[in-house]
Amino acid sequence: MGLEIEQPCVELSNIAVSDTHGENSPYFAGWKAYDENRYDEFTNPSGVIQMGLAENQVSFDLVEKYLEQHAEASTWGKGATGFRENALFQDYHGLKSFRTAMASFMQQIRGGRAKFDPDRVVLTAGATAANELLTFILANPGDALLVPTPYYPGFDRDLRWRTGVKIIPIHCNSSNNFQISPQALEAAYQQAQSMNTKVRGVLITNPSNPLGATIQRSVLEEILDFVTRKNIHLVSDEIYSGSAFSGDEFVSVAEILEDRDYKNAERVHIVYSLSKDLGLPGFRVGTIYSYNDKVVTTARRMSSFTLISSQTQHLLATMLSDKEFTEGYIKTNRERLRKRYEMIIDGLRRAGIECLKGNAGLFCWMNLSPLLEKPTREGELELWNSILYEVRLNISPGSSCHCSEPGWFRVCFANMSEQTLEVALDRIRNFMDQRATAKPKIPFRKIITDQAVIDMYSCLLA
Amino acid sequence: MGLGNEESHQLLSNMAINDKHGENSPYFDGWKAYDRDPFHPTHNPQGVIQMGLAENQLCFDLIQEWIRNNPEASICTPQGLHNFRDVAIFQDYHGLPRFRNGVAKFMSKVNGGMVKFEADRIVMSGGATGANEVIMFCLADPGDAFLIPSPYYPAYARDLCWRTGVQIIPVHTDSSNNFQITKEALETAYKKAQEDNLNVKGLLITNPSNPLGTTLDRKTMKSLVTFISEKNIHLVCDEIYAATVFSTPSFVSVSEIIQEMEFCNRDLIHIVYSLSKDMGFPGFRVGIVYSYNDTVVSCARKMSSFGLVSSQTQHVLASMLSDDDFVDRFLAESSRRLAKRHNLFTEGLEKMGITCLPSNAGLFCWMNLRSLLKEQTVEGEMKLWRVIVNEVKLNISPGSSFSCSEAGWYRVCFANMDDETMEVALRRIRAFVGKEAKKAVEVMKNMQNIIKSLRANFSARFDEFIMSPSLRSPHSPIPHSSYVKA
Repeated sequence: MGLEIEQPCVELSNIAVSDTHGENSPYFAGWKAYDENRYDEFTNPSGVIQMGLAENQVSFDLVEKYLEQHAEASTWGKGATGFRENALFQDYHGLKSFRTAMASFMQQIRGGRAKFDPDRVVLTAGATAANELLTFILANPGDALLVPTPYYPGFDRDLRWRTGVKIIPIHCNSSNNFQISPQALEAAYQQAQSMNTKVRGVLITNPSNPLGATIQRSVLEEILDFVTRKNIHLVSDEIYSGSAFSGDEFVSVAEILEDRDYKNAERVHIVYSLSKDLGLPGFRVGTIYSYNDKVVTTARRMSSFTLISSQTQHLLATMLSDKEFTEGYIKTNRERLRKRYEMIIDGLRRAGIECLKGNAGLFCWMNLSPLLEKPTREGELELWNSILYEVRLNISPGSSCHCSEPGWFRVCFANMSEQTLEVALDRIRNFMDQRATAKPKIPFRKIITDQAVIDMYSCLLA
Repeated sequence: MGLGNEESHQLLSNMAINDKHGENSPYFDGWKAYDRDPFHPTHNPQGVIQMGLAENQLCFDLIQEWIRNNPEASICTPQGLHNFRDVAIFQDYHGLPRFRNGVAKFMSKVNGGMVKFEADRIVMSGGATGANEVIMFCLADPGDAFLIPSPYYPAYARDLCWRTGVQIIPVHTDSSNNFQITKEALETAYKKAQEDNLNVKGLLITNPSNPLGTTLDRKTMKSLVTFISEKNIHLVCDEIYAATVFSTPSFVSVSEIIQEMEFCNRDLIHIVYSLSKDMGFPGFRVGIVYSYNDTVVSCARKMSSFGLVSSQTQHVLASMLSDDDFVDRFLAESSRRLAKRHNLFTEGLEKMGITCLPSNAGLFCWMNLRSLLKEQTVEGEMKLWRVIVNEVKLNISPGSSFSCSEAGWYRVCFANMDDETMEVALRRIRAFVGKEAKKAVEVMKNMQNIIKSLRANFSARFDEFIMSPSLRSPHSPIPHSSYVKA
């Protein structure tokens, strides 16, 4: 794709030529296979079903119904001047009505067990931007954040790429259901010390992606104590908080802080977004909620690089201020996700596959380690390859999430209709039946490394 | 819930505790004065008039009319709701194809159809603020430097430097040649950078210029392209004001120039654009990076994940920008209204003896108040500025905030208000200038009296001492400005 250049090439930045954006991973073969052969109930019933995309499509009708009934959300209200004011509004504090609505929504998700002050809500264009921004504020290049594995693959880019900050994994495994143990925390911290790397904080995702489970209260308390002892920060990415199947089972770090009277709270920061709970990833709505005044001020200033469209702020301010709508939405969304989860767990169980016990999120954490030829990353990739090309399901191998234990896969269930999920479950059942009877050798296909292909599909990283 | 903790200050990064965000600059006092006491024609007619904000508010009626006539462009109206799902879910960083096509077409029209822009090179960013930062992340490492002609947009210090670690090296211009960029100035700046051991990665220009309101002519553009080619450094052209050109010469984009320069290495050419000024939508955060370098396009696109344009906004603008009739009418009418406003303002100023740099673009004038300064220094400029903000009650921007090396120039915005407010502003300036003229006359009279009485009491030697240049008041007995004569 390049021009023939006779002069010496002018260098781009180190950031531009590095691959810390993480997109050169082999997992994009899954995207290519899906794109080339997309499942469609009628036109392509044998195509690849996309189960690698954590999107929430189960509750759109609720939002659409709201919009049908509330015309004021679609116009800018106040007639002519409304549009003008909105189009001009670029204040990095964000629309007050929107911030207030977000704070109230976050409060409702936590059943009112934590209060959120609208003046501490900082708006960013998506959680992607929020996580990067916080990292710029909390750590210097070369410093590290401790992140429990398995974790969302996008963190490699969001936390490291332009910031120059490192991720040191806090290893978790199935021996205790992948919970974060004090030993694992300490081990990660020591590893940083041995590398002469300064640890600036711990970043957790609660509910967890890819585990699909909330972090227990006692574990949160331990993590909070750990960061206080080490005098470092705690970032809690609670992007899936509204997707916990039962409101009671999700405990936010905000609740614990409130119980502790906000002692040592200035080291805690929460990231949130509407991409998962409301299924609006295209609108780019992320927030940082910090208990630290300086972080709030600095984050707000930095948000200039990544503000939310005022048009979108206005629409969502109207919608999220409607308590009747939000209460109904949160309740119904949880219920539908729980139903989907039970459907997939049940289907997998009948196929002889166990999953980690989950209670949140848009996916389940499936255990296929008994099926591995070799209990290694290569073995996992081979199995993934056959699931992709033989079963025609694009699921995410645990190694893409830096899981230290091979054989686990993340399977999304909320980005399709129930019928499609049935089809997927049927295919898995057939696959397992065949494996039980005979062990066919599945040819190992070449993993895609062509940069152009990777570029084409890596945009869908979610 | 005040949870500030001074100790926790040390727990933050260097970037968080330095002041490269630029907000500690004294000229934010003007904003504060406005915030405390904003002008309103009926509720607060004595308040501060905001003339420090480069916003284009002249054509909202046209846009509103389009929106009213095209309800299907919104995803929330009954006519457009069926698109809601697909749009709400769309987060592909390539952007909606229709949106990219619409932007490419718009950019082409803004250039008078002289250039065709490829939709595949259009990369989104969080406003031009985000675009400028992204391009730095792509082209430069921490510690590298970029040459920027001064005076320049104050927030470049934040946008180009804060998180990137890049340094700005100003290329000085002044009124001796109407602030044009000369080869000598470029070479001087480049040489100084080399002497200081700084790695110059490129040149960034704003064309049309903020704060000057002028466009670069073909000859200058070509010499800039030649300069960067010789030095083998990048050229970033911030063309955010491209469609605010309201009189000749017409706008010439770098993309048009390189069509005529075969030898130019296109991998060095990058454009930053936005709809914030040309269409008046700063709230919608539509920033664009357009590069002729494939690697930069690819890298910038990955980085756009940190600042994508809301799909809701992409969707409505895709329709708007694809409406050829509307766009043609809008661009023509916008130019016409800007010209009218510009002329109203500059003619009003001229009547009071105040000149502005002759300009053909932008949402502001570069006003010359050098003759009103007590000292031709930054301090003198700031002193006068404080008087204008606090007494005349106009928030205008002092040239020093644009790193202008010549004191006494001020940027005054004129497109962010209605005609009546403009009249009030002109009246206030007229009153102020009249007062200053009276004061100058008073000072002259006092000086003359002092000299008379001194003469009466001291020797001739002392006379000479008194009359020496260092003690002569700037408002010398010889009137040098028309308003004093008036």
